[in-house]
Amino acid sequence: MLKFPIYLDHNATTPCDPRVVDAMIPYFTNNFGNAASRNHPFGWAAEEAVDYAREQVAKLIGADPKEIIFTSGATEGDNLAIKGVYEMYASKGNHIITCNIEHKAVLDTCKHIEKEGGEVTYLKVKDNGLIDPAELEAAIKPTTILIAIMYANNEIGTINPMREISAIARKHGVLLFSDAVQAVGKIPVDVNKDGIDLMAFTAHKMYGPKGVGALYVRRKNPRVKVTAQMDGGGHERGMRSGTLNVPGIVGFGKACEICLAEMEEETKRVSKLRDKLQTELMKVEESYLNGDKEHKLPHVTNISFKYVEGEGLLMGFNKNIALSSGSACTSASLEPSYVLKALGLGDDLAHSSLRFGLGRFTTEDQIDYTVEQVRNTVNKLREMSPLWEMFKEGIDMNSIEWAHH
Amino acid sequence: MAYSEKVIDHYQNPKNVGTLDKSKANVGTGLVGAPECGDVMRLQIEVDEATGVIKDAKFKTFGCGSAIASSSLATEWLKGKSIDEAITIDNMTIVEELNLPPVKIHCSVLAEDAIKAAINDYRQKNGLETLKFEESVIH
Repeated sequence: MLKFPIYLDHNATTPCDPRVVDAMIPYFTNNFGNAASRNHPFGWAAEEAVDYAREQVAKLIGADPKEIIFTSGATEGDNLAIKGVYEMYASKGNHIITCNIEHKAVLDTCKHIEKEGGEVTYLKVKDNGLIDPAELEAAIKPTTILIAIMYANNEIGTINPMREISAIARKHGVLLFSDAVQAVGKIPVDVNKDGIDLMAFTAHKMYGPKGVGALYVRRKNPRVKVTAQMDGGGHERGMRSGTLNVPGIVGFGKACEICLAEMEEETKRVSKLRDKLQTELMKVEESYLNGDKEHKLPHVTNISFKYVEGEGLLMGFNKNIALSSGSACTSASLEPSYVLKALGLGDDLAHSSLRFGLGRFTTEDQIDYTVEQVRNTVNKLREMSPLWEMFKEGIDMNSIEWAHH
Repeated sequence: MAYSEKVIDHYQNPKNVGTLDKSKANVGTGLVGAPECGDVMRLQIEVDEATGVIKDAKFKTFGCGSAIASSSLATEWLKGKSIDEAITIDNMTIVEELNLPPVKIHCSVLAEDAIKAAINDYRQKNGLETLKFEESVIH
């Protein structure tokens, strides 16, 4: 029996794994101590738990535990990395290179840097959503201090060639920061093999709790430092003050441990379901796959169904299936997803897109049901779409003078 | 954002979806919006030449649930109205009827524009002067 609603929006957030919740509970009640309380058993127990979690987190990404700075989440990690490097390395230069499909937490932080007098280059991704390493290299200047490129994209799931990117960064002596929120816990990420100097990620995208994340900051080859963005007690090696969220950190650690242990199996299972979903939906007439087919997260697919609008499409089944669309018909500007637009998709295809994010608890029954619902709703809406009618009559839609808003 | 029950009902059971023969002199067609903006409405009216009353109305809409509901409702209201009455349909009455939230007001504006465009198409076909309307403010 299917239980509704079905959750297929795992790029937005994931449920906590029950094993994570079990690990956290004692740290709300009995072991409630402040990890910075050095003089009594409550503090010692909390500190021990944090140290253990730090090891679990570090192990997942091939880092040393001392290189893990706990944060409130990836937005804070993005801010701390970019602003922290910009301030710390001001004497070396003021130029940052990023790309146009980064998360808003990176893009808006970069805009902030520009207001402060910094210079930012926004690389354009190719039609498949990936960075062109040659273009990246060409953008490097003597004043470049940081390259900020996401590991995997949140809307289309494409995975950037991080090793090629880091080789270029190393060659020119520029630090590499990666927002790896969507990748960590889903695919093997190793900061040493991948050559990453700073990396932000968060627990709630990997079956851990919300409100806790980490910034990896390399300690050797090279030793990286960031200027703290919050002043206070000097926690986390002085880079991030604030009493540690002990239960959250414990849960984060447990989530990392589970991801590491089960990644291989889970990837096999989930990617098989994703492939089924994708294959079935791509059989629908005039459907388009967004983003690179090969270099892509195992649990994500993003498909446009031409001549139907995404939000209208979601309405056909969103009581029972939780999905997200690249169409934003709720703002005054009606701007569709900037990520899809950056791929060179016309606004019409961007408006027609659905993002599917599968997860640890997704079942084949859920996928079968979703395929059926999406297909039926697309067909139903096309029956009432004037664009579909024109398409079927062979009318060139570019020849029509649309009344643009 | 949750949709109102009336929007959901029109979305699930849209009234008057379809196409009228636009080559007929007594059929007026209005096509408004643009694919890039995420909504396109086509609204058609068929006028009884003897009485000047709209005897049939059809729509097809590419857009969100509120856009579909606005056009579905518009066709219901148009049927049985004279052209002069039809011109007076105001987008805000659609907003009230469907309980559209502020971010969806543009859907009702589009429906009003589609009505006006269909009426003008009909007038033009029948040798009547097209009516000038005030530019809609919200799109």
